Amino acid sequence: MVKYLTRRLASAILLLFLLTIVVYLIFGILPVDPARISCGIHCNPIAVAGNRHRLGLDVPLYEQWWRFFVGIFAGRTYGDGAARFTCGAPSLGYSFPNNECVTTAIAHAFPFTLSLAVGAFILWMASGIGLGVIAARYRGSFIDRGVTAFVLVGSSLPVFVVGLLVYILAFFLHAIDPISQGIWVSPLSDPIGFFKNFIFAWIALALSYSAIYTRLTRGNVIETSSEDFIRTARAKGLSERRILFKHNLRTALAPLLTNAGLDFGGLLGGAIITETIFQLPGLGEISLKAVLQDYDLPLIVGTTVVAGAFIIIFNLIVDIGYAYLDPRVRVG
Amino acid sequence: MKPFLEVKNLTVEFPTEDGTVQATEDVSFSLDLGETLAIVGESGCGKSVSNMAIMGLHNPKRTQISGSAIFNLESGPIDAINTDSETLRKMRGKTMSMIFQDPMSSLHPYYTVGNQIAEAWHLHNEGSRKTGAKRAAEMLDLVGIPDSHKRINDFPHQFSGGMRQRVMIAMAVVNNPKLLIADEPTTALDVTVQSQILTLLKTMQKEFNMAIILITHDLGVVASIADRINVMYAGRLVEQGTVDEIFYKSVHPYTLGLLGSIPRVDQSIDKRLKTIQGQPPSLIELPSGCAFEPRCEFATHVPKGLCKTSRPETTEKSIGHFARCHLSAAEIYEINRFQKADR
Repeated sequence: MVKYLTRRLASAILLLFLLTIVVYLIFGILPVDPARISCGIHCNPIAVAGNRHRLGLDVPLYEQWWRFFVGIFAGRTYGDGAARFTCGAPSLGYSFPNNECVTTAIAHAFPFTLSLAVGAFILWMASGIGLGVIAARYRGSFIDRGVTAFVLVGSSLPVFVVGLLVYILAFFLHAIDPISQGIWVSPLSDPIGFFKNFIFAWIALALSYSAIYTRLTRGNVIETSSEDFIRTARAKGLSERRILFKHNLRTALAPLLTNAGLDFGGLLGGAIITETIFQLPGLGEISLKAVLQDYDLPLIVGTTVVAGAFIIIFNLIVDIGYAYLDPRVRVG
Repeated sequence: MKPFLEVKNLTVEFPTEDGTVQATEDVSFSLDLGETLAIVGESGCGKSVSNMAIMGLHNPKRTQISGSAIFNLESGPIDAINTDSETLRKMRGKTMSMIFQDPMSSLHPYYTVGNQIAEAWHLHNEGSRKTGAKRAAEMLDLVGIPDSHKRINDFPHQFSGGMRQRVMIAMAVVNNPKLLIADEPTTALDVTVQSQILTLLKTMQKEFNMAIILITHDLGVVASIADRINVMYAGRLVEQGTVDEIFYKSVHPYTLGLLGSIPRVDQSIDKRLKTIQGQPPSLIELPSGCAFEPRCEFATHVPKGLCKTSRPETTEKSIGHFARCHLSAAEIYEINRFQKADR
C-alpha cells in the first residue's frame, strides 16, 4: 500500500510539473502581445518595449517558464527601484490588469468557487444516490418511473438553461439580490446570509449532475443485485435491508467514486456558466475575464495550473479511495 | 418417525410475456438427516429452481410457488414454502444453507473471508466480534485451510478456486445447519479438486449430521457420494431410487439414456458415444402426453400411442423405487435387453 501510494504521488507531482510546461507553451505561441494590449491608446514602440520588460516577456519562452517555475517556490520580484514589489511564494505571477499578484486574485476568487462546488456536490450526491437507490429498490413502480423522468429532463437540459430558469425564479421570488451577490459572506459569521447567497446557484449547478448520478446509481444497484454474492448473502439469511446497504451499495457505489472525484475536482477549477449567471466572482469568472477582456497571461496560467492541480489531486484521491474500497486494486 | 424434510407437490412457475414457464411441476421427495440425495438432470430441468424455492430465494413478485416443503424440526414442523418471509429468512443459514456453482463470484469481493463467515455466524448467534472471528478461524481449520488465523484476513481473490469453495462450505456450515443444498458445487473446479470438495462435504455431513441435497449433472459425482438419486426431466421427477437402483436397475427410459451416454473406458472407441436424440421440450408449452415421449426409444412399445396422449403418473416400480413411465419394470428390462443385443 505504501509503495502504491508513493508511486501514485510521484506520478501526480510529475504530471503537475508537465502541466506548467504545456500551459506555458500554449500561451507562448498565442498570437497575442500582452505588452501591446496593456499599452493603451497613446502608445509608441518605447512604451511597448518598456511594458514588455515590465511584464517579463522580453526573455525567451523557456526563461519565462523558468522564472514562473522558480517563483512558485521562491516568490517573485517585479519592477526596479522604488516600484519594486514582491509576490511572495507560492507565486504564480502578477496580474497587471488587476494590479495584484495572481495568487491574491485566486485567493479572493477561490472561496466562491469552493463554496459553490462543495454545496452543489453535497446536494447532487445526496439526491442522486438517494433517488437512484429508491428507484432501484422499487424498480418498475410509479416512483421509479417518476425518477426516470427526472433523469431524462435533468440530464438533457444544459446548465445555462437550468441556471437562467433558476435565476429568474429566484429573482421573482425576491430571494436573490443582484447587487449584493458578488460580496463574500462567510459561512461562519453569517450562515444564513451565506446560504441565501448560494442556494440557488447550488440548485442550478447540481441539477444535471444529480440526474446523471441518479441514473448511475440506479443502474449499478440493479446490476449488482443480480450478482452471485448477493444471492449468497440472501442464502445466509441476511435481511433485504442489510443486503442492500452492506453488500449491494458498497459494490454499486464504488464506480461512482471515479465520477464524483473528477467532477468535483473539475468544479474547483471554476464553474464558468453558473458563476457568470449568479454573478459569483469565482475562478471561472476571473478566468473568463482574463481570457476575453484583459489577455491577462499570468492570471490565465495561474487559474489553469490551479484547476489542473485540483483535477490531478482528486484523481489521486479517487485512486486511493478505490484501493481502500476494492481490495483487488491494492495488490496491483 | 417422520423424515426430516418432506417436499410435496412442489410446483414453481414463472409468468412471462410469452406464457407461463412451468419450471418444476409436482415434485415430491423426502430426506432424512445424515442422508445425501442427488438431483440429476440436464440444464434447465428444474434442479436448481426447485431447491431455490425451498430456500425461498426466488423473487416472490416474479414466481408462483405451490406445494409444501415441511421441515420436521425439534421445535415442530415448519413449511418453508408457505411460511412468512421473516421465518424463512431466519431459517436460511441456520436450518438450511446453500453453496453454489461458482465460488469465484459467490463470495463478496470487498470483504475478507473471515468477515463473511463471521457475518453468517453473528446473524444467528449472540457474541462479540472477537468470538465471531475466532469461530471463522475454527471453520477454516475444519474445512482444511491451513494458517487459518492469518487467512481469515485475506480477501476471496487471494484464494484458489478450490479454496474458495472450501470457504463457501465453511460459511454454509458455520451454524450447524440441518440441510445443506449444494448446487453443482464442483462444476467450476478442476477434477482433482472436485474429489477433495466431495470428500469434504462427506466429512462435514458426518460432523454435523446434515442432510445434503446435491444438485449435479455429473453422474460420476453422484455415484461417489449420494445415497439416493432423483432424476429430473422437464421440471418433473421421472425416477427416484437408491444409487444401486438407478445405476443398475433403472426403470425409466430417460435415466437409461443418461447412463448410456457416459463415456466408458471398457468400451470400444470405434463406436460413437450414444446420445439421447433431440432437445428437451420448451417449458412454456409442455406436450399433453409424456414430456420425454418425442425422444424416447421405448415409446413405440407402448400400445395405442398412450405416451402421446396421457401423462404417466409416478408409480412405485419396486419398494421405494419410483418412476413416471407407462411401461412396467419388467417391460423396460425386456426392451432394454433387446436393444442392447441389437447394438
